[in-house]
Amino acid sequence: MSNDNPAIPRLDGHDKVTGRAQYVDDIHMPGMLHGATIRSTIARGTITGITFDPALDWSGFTIVTAADIPGKNEVLLLTTDQPFLADGRVRHHAEPILLLAHEDREMLRRAAGAITIRYREEPACLDVRQALRPEYLQHGTDNTFHKIDIIKGDVDAGFDEADLILDETYETGAQEQAYIEPQGMIARPSPEGSGIEIFGSLQCPYYVVKAVTHLLGIPVEELRVVQTTTGGGFGGKEEYPSIIAGHAALLALKSGRPVKLVYDRYEDILATTKRHPSITRVKAGATRDGRLTALEIDLVLDGGAYVTLTPVVLSRASLHASGPYEVPNISIRARARLTNTPPHGAFRGFGAPQSIFAVERHIDRMARSLGLSPLEFRRRNYLKLGSVMATGQVVRDDIDMHELATTVYERLGGAAREAELAAANAASSHKRSALGFAAFYHGAGFTGSGEERLASQVAARLDGDGHVEILSSNTEIGQGTITIFSIIAAKALGLDPSEIRVAPPDTARVPDSGPTVASRTAMVVGWLVQQAVLDLAVKLAERCSDALRVVAPESLRGDTFRRAAAQAVESGCRVVGRSKYEKPAFVEWDEVNYRGDAYATYAWAVYGCEVTVDTRTFEVEVTRFVANQDVGGVLHPVLAAGQIQGGVVQALGWALCEEVVYDKGAVRNAALSTYVIPTFVDVPPIEILFATTPYEFGPMGAKGIGELPMDGPAPAVLNAIAVALGAEPERVPCRPEYLMLLADPALADARG
Amino acid sequence: MADITTTFRVNGREVTVTGPPFRRLLDVLREELRLTGSKEGCGEGECGACSAIMNGELINTCIVPVLQAEGAVIMTVEMLADTPAGAAVQRAFLEHGGAQCGICTPGMIVAATWVAQHQFRGEIREMLAGNLCRCTGYDLIVTSVEAALNALAKDGSRE
Amino acid sequence: MIEADRARSLDDLLDRLAALPPPRLIAGGTDVMVQLEAGVQKEGDHFLDVSGLAGALRYHRLDADALEIGALATFRDTRLRSDVISAFSLLELAARTIGATQIQTRGTWAGNIANGSPAADGVAALLAYDAEVVLASRSGRRTRSLHGFFTGYKKMDLEPGEFIEAVRLPRRAPDRWRAFHKVGTRRAQAITKAGLTLNWRADGTWRIVGTSLAPFVKRYETLERLFEEAGDDLSRIDVQGLTAAVSAAVEPINDIRSTADYRRRVVFNLLRDASAHARTG
Repeated sequence: MSNDNPAIPRLDGHDKVTGRAQYVDDIHMPGMLHGATIRSTIARGTITGITFDPALDWSGFTIVTAADIPGKNEVLLLTTDQPFLADGRVRHHAEPILLLAHEDREMLRRAAGAITIRYREEPACLDVRQALRPEYLQHGTDNTFHKIDIIKGDVDAGFDEADLILDETYETGAQEQAYIEPQGMIARPSPEGSGIEIFGSLQCPYYVVKAVTHLLGIPVEELRVVQTTTGGGFGGKEEYPSIIAGHAALLALKSGRPVKLVYDRYEDILATTKRHPSITRVKAGATRDGRLTALEIDLVLDGGAYVTLTPVVLSRASLHASGPYEVPNISIRARARLTNTPPHGAFRGFGAPQSIFAVERHIDRMARSLGLSPLEFRRRNYLKLGSVMATGQVVRDDIDMHELATTVYERLGGAAREAELAAANAASSHKRSALGFAAFYHGAGFTGSGEERLASQVAARLDGDGHVEILSSNTEIGQGTITIFSIIAAKALGLDPSEIRVAPPDTARVPDSGPTVASRTAMVVGWLVQQAVLDLAVKLAERCSDALRVVAPESLRGDTFRRAAAQAVESGCRVVGRSKYEKPAFVEWDEVNYRGDAYATYAWAVYGCEVTVDTRTFEVEVTRFVANQDVGGVLHPVLAAGQIQGGVVQALGWALCEEVVYDKGAVRNAALSTYVIPTFVDVPPIEILFATTPYEFGPMGAKGIGELPMDGPAPAVLNAIAVALGAEPERVPCRPEYLMLLADPALADARG
Repeated sequence: MADITTTFRVNGREVTVTGPPFRRLLDVLREELRLTGSKEGCGEGECGACSAIMNGELINTCIVPVLQAEGAVIMTVEMLADTPAGAAVQRAFLEHGGAQCGICTPGMIVAATWVAQHQFRGEIREMLAGNLCRCTGYDLIVTSVEAALNALAKDGSRE
Repeated sequence: MIEADRARSLDDLLDRLAALPPPRLIAGGTDVMVQLEAGVQKEGDHFLDVSGLAGALRYHRLDADALEIGALATFRDTRLRSDVISAFSLLELAARTIGATQIQTRGTWAGNIANGSPAADGVAALLAYDAEVVLASRSGRRTRSLHGFFTGYKKMDLEPGEFIEAVRLPRRAPDRWRAFHKVGTRRAQAITKAGLTLNWRADGTWRIVGTSLAPFVKRYETLERLFEEAGDDLSRIDVQGLTAAVSAAVEPINDIRSTADYRRRVVFNLLRDASAHARTG
């Protein structure tokens, strides 16, 4: 451990454990209406008519269609292909068509049944493998949202050198974020003057500002977006909330009243974004003595019906596709294509879990084909200080992946445990157990030039009591933003974290410090928090502390800072500390050719597990899990461990039991009874280990870790299953029905 | 279509509500009584975010119609701090990181308090399996509940 | 809008049930409320709440001859009765897998039967114990076996005006061996996708009950006979014989939770495992 940050209770904990914390659906405003969204029931076609049943009294309703949109009917994100409301043309099931508001939720329910929409249906593309067919063309020239090619060396020459070549294809399914708080927004006309105020469950208030000002055709000053206590996000509340916010705003504008638009679980699963499904073909070549000579990867992501964030997901997928290995010849061809399913979007990991699953499964197969243990094969190929990655980035971390792996292996019991399991397998009629591993990295922060484009800013001021108040748009969504920022600020100024205030993300007050995504909050924005409070100290020294005769800002720490702050407040001397993102000098990234420093830094990890398969039912039980990662620095041991544990369990769900079932492009299992996430009794004991090789631009050396735990569990578990069963699972989720067929292909025909 | 009148006690206070018989107890708590601590996560009794204690039993309020609350004694998360078990659980969650985003926390605290009141030990995971959490991975919640049980055992209190 | 009111007494309940059409009963509500949420219920349905009749209907009566479980006895009630559980251990094994705590405190055995789900774990345990249902109406009571009570998907031998007042399990000599298998997508809060309940009784007879394998939970009598014919030496059940018997008897379907092939194979595997491991005494 490189530092000794104490595990203080999280600073927003009290309201949460007493039930006092206010989530969007807890908020009530006088005169508030409830909103509802009427959605498409087909996957592709044109709307030919909309009928409102005259038997219902429509006078109490506010009704909004695309025709009511004052600005542009475009969800402004990376591009503008997605409408807020379908205007004639429908591209996916559950696409929003019109909006209703009414005082009485029961009336809204009846109204939904009293609206008939007629369509002329067209053949829908429901399989990404068919997206290139001309009859399915709906986007650009070939239904391709984005393409990325990363080339290092010459793969053909590399394969020529190889003694073993394996070529296999891996698939991963969609995953629902399943935050326990469904999505929702409240919009109201501003109490003073013109403009709109929006309150809701979200991760990125400035994304909402950008999208809704474009929708309404209003200047930024006329929109205020405030984050309410948010019950989980995981990426699912990165971009989708902008759509709900826009809908609520349209209803509020038209009715002149506050409107609450909250989804129930059914609508949330039916309509909101999911993790991109993927198909990844990995062809690898290695010498007899286990050195990789070539890696050729063809990756396809299913983007759903609109672009949303797909190009960035594809970017991360492609940049993680070759694994933590130094391979002289690499070709990564990544494509993202359209299908007529509800658009896919951000979900923790953001493309990396998909591509890492494929390469880590494949590496295990390479190892076994060469008669090497999975950890030994990896050892012969790991990246290390000075290694060159696929984009040409040179590894700056003095990382020892094999040491991480050895620790994991030992904690699982090593060779002795493997021998025990082998003996147990031989003696058991129906239990097969094995160990499995995965090695990976996760880039922290946005890709090379992404952070520069975000140009994040943080401010720090003194509140009326002389406390330091941090102003940033980064949101607390459970991961501990408020506590972490307080710890960072306090450490910088020699104060106690309880003395720091973190302003609620309210765009009327806070600058744009970028979105709460991409494992950037602690590392990138935390650094800016540190700089902002140090700048505050400088300005206090320069402008407010004549009475104290303080000369050096560095001396304003602890009690001297407290005195200076108190004096500044008393004398009315107002200063604001500011910081702005600066790219570390060493980062050089060529966005056009996809070469250079893809990420400023990486967290590095090896995960391992012990798994038992019951060959009567092919149920899989993960009995032990060890997660070992080098994260640069640990800002709060309990919050950090909590991130890893939560991420591991979420990833185990993706690996084993979470499946989005589609039927004609519609989600069929839109409930928590049928979309199955792990419970208390579905999780193994999870041992978490942190190594800390500090990152020079991370607060107290810390790197981002929010997404890291999502990458390792699926390949580690499936690698263990492969050893246990002597079969090769290539699919996530890896369900018992699939394993049964894999273990005995003859079953597909046989009866019993 | 007849409204029904139901009288019951919530957090020590007697209330009478009149309305549709199948109005969910959760909605009566949140909307009529403005007790928004109980949350709706799934609407079908799957996630436990709406948990309360009714007549001494742990229940999901989203699948109890108000019709069935006649004469009931109900305790919601808002009242827990006033009980030794509830207060111990809340303290333990704060000390041991049992809450992250907090949306499952009220239901989790209620369930954990009920477990503490019934002094279940080795079965904490099984007793809480009706409460879903997506943030924590469950370990820190188990740690928190065990800490609460230890603290209560030391104090000798049970209620 | 759903109409509903409360039964004031057992007599009141029987009187109300005699109406045409009779009201639908709601006890623990765990099935009814989920169906309402999913929109399965229709306008015009009239419900009668029986939860206020706990005094008359919420009991376990265990004596030398039988266990009688009242209509409002919950799964959790049963799990708290160690005397009931030692006599009928499958009841605990089933009850602990139903939903989770919050469902077990409300769900009733009678409700589990009346809801008629093909995935009813409670029914499986009851059938393994040759349970009988006591059906009460204003004109009297009749008792009939739970075996054969279901005739199709959500179709049962319940006349208009009748309700399931109690479930009666005859006491027997201690069973030789039993197993409760529930395969769900996770280990709690799971709907069974393939279930097998096995009971090898003191007199050598078998009960083999399948869950989620047919339109209703049922016994597989041909499979029971196969096991019974092997007597004390279950190794006499050969693989071919078992394969043929399972193919002939078990006809599951593909649905949102699982596949027919998987379900059939799981049944075969679990039965083969039972034939290898079940022991007398």
